[in-house]
Amino acid sequence: MPNEVRDRVIAIIAEQAVLDVADVKPEATLEDLGIDSLGLVESIFAIEEAFDISVPFNANEPEQNAAFDISTVGSIIAAVEQLVVEQKA
Amino acid sequence: MKRVVITGAGTVNALAQDVAGTFAAFREGRSGIGELDIRDVERLSIRIGGQVKGWDPEAHFNRQQIVLYDRFTQFTLIAAKQAILQSGLNFDGHLGYEAGVVLGTAGGGVNTWDENYRAVYEEGKNRVHPFVVPKLMNNAAASHISMEFNLRGPSFTVATACASSNHAMGLAFQMIRGGSAKAIVTGGSESMLCFGGIKAWEGLRVMSKDACRPFSANRNGMVQGEGAAIFVFEDYEHAKARGADILAEVVGFAMTSDAADIVMPSKQGAARAIAGALKDAGLAGDQVGYINAHGTGTAANDKTECAAVADVFGHHADKLMISSTKSMHGHCIGGTGAVELLACILALREGVIAPTIGYEEPDPECALDVVPNVAREAKVDVVLSNAFAFGGLNAVLALRRI
Repeated sequence: MPNEVRDRVIAIIAEQAVLDVADVKPEATLEDLGIDSLGLVESIFAIEEAFDISVPFNANEPEQNAAFDISTVGSIIAAVEQLVVEQKA
Repeated sequence: MKRVVITGAGTVNALAQDVAGTFAAFREGRSGIGELDIRDVERLSIRIGGQVKGWDPEAHFNRQQIVLYDRFTQFTLIAAKQAILQSGLNFDGHLGYEAGVVLGTAGGGVNTWDENYRAVYEEGKNRVHPFVVPKLMNNAAASHISMEFNLRGPSFTVATACASSNHAMGLAFQMIRGGSAKAIVTGGSESMLCFGGIKAWEGLRVMSKDACRPFSANRNGMVQGEGAAIFVFEDYEHAKARGADILAEVVGFAMTSDAADIVMPSKQGAARAIAGALKDAGLAGDQVGYINAHGTGTAANDKTECAAVADVFGHHADKLMISSTKSMHGHCIGGTGAVELLACILALREGVIAPTIGYEEPDPECALDVVPNVAREAKVDVVLSNAFAFGGLNAVLALRRI
């Protein structure tokens, strides 16, 4: 399951960044990948749709979104894994 | 070139259903933002707004009118009636041919779209009321004003999202200044506090769940409002000749386009509009005492707007006052510039600066005098009103005390 989450999140981010999935590394930031604020909210929307979860995220206070850390691809994957566990329990 | 003055004002918004009540709320720093009372609110994650409470269409209109008037048109007509009554103008004779209506709205009859989509999609109905189209169209409110008050000159509606009202009022100003009309009924209206309207905004993730706190370090987004404000703009000589009570003079207007991003604001675009309005008015920056900010309470707008003001005014930016009344009435989208022009008139006419309420923590990126939480008495001679729309379309008006 965790690997499946990781692969799907990376696929979503890769599509948004117009990159090959192989080029989306967990340590990359969204900025590294060229994803801007609109690309971010679109990615979150795609994640919500893909996993049927609700992501708590307010674009006005990205640093305060403790429940959804967007600092790197890896942190996003971890946050999605956590939300899937919580919301599918 | 003709001088242009304001001789009437009217409004319906979350603070009050008239100008006097709105002024009272501005003086008190009272919030009109609260729990939304709309259908399916439990399916929304954003449940607050600056909603017009206790609105009773049947107290104002008959059944035949109500079937034609979306809520945004209803607000507009009542506000226009107040404004025209105050102006003392009667358009029944020749003046009607020299007067028009220029309004702003972003969405027009959003409630009508919402209700009828619900009927055909959710409820599976195959028939809608015959007046859906004339009820929802963006120019419905402008047309109903023209019919109600016999305004037969230049009339139209502009839609530039959150700058719609300022574009409308700026064009009204230019038309009178250029001599193509003696009077224009102008302003704007919006009513998108319905399930579909809020749901669309939720998607952008820029809305606050608790309060609109412009310029405060802990701000967390915008809160939507609804309402209308309508003004009578009039040729100064015409107003003077009939001894009209003049509320303020409109002295300058400028509009710019960022040509950059569909949602993120640009400091340069905003600054060019502010500087352009001053130049159009023939004013120096240090004459400006107050700016009614766009001040949406989003992270992006407020810091960009403050940086633009600092760029245009230099050292004077630390002396002028700038406040966002969206903290009280919410962001009335296409009607917001019009509702906010009321704060400009209050400042010029009564020497009261409406506060930015909900202000809790200073933000070094918004280090201007934002008139936090409490209204202030101050004599100001010149004020500006900013509006910066999604799509990068900026419109700034300059007004002077008279």
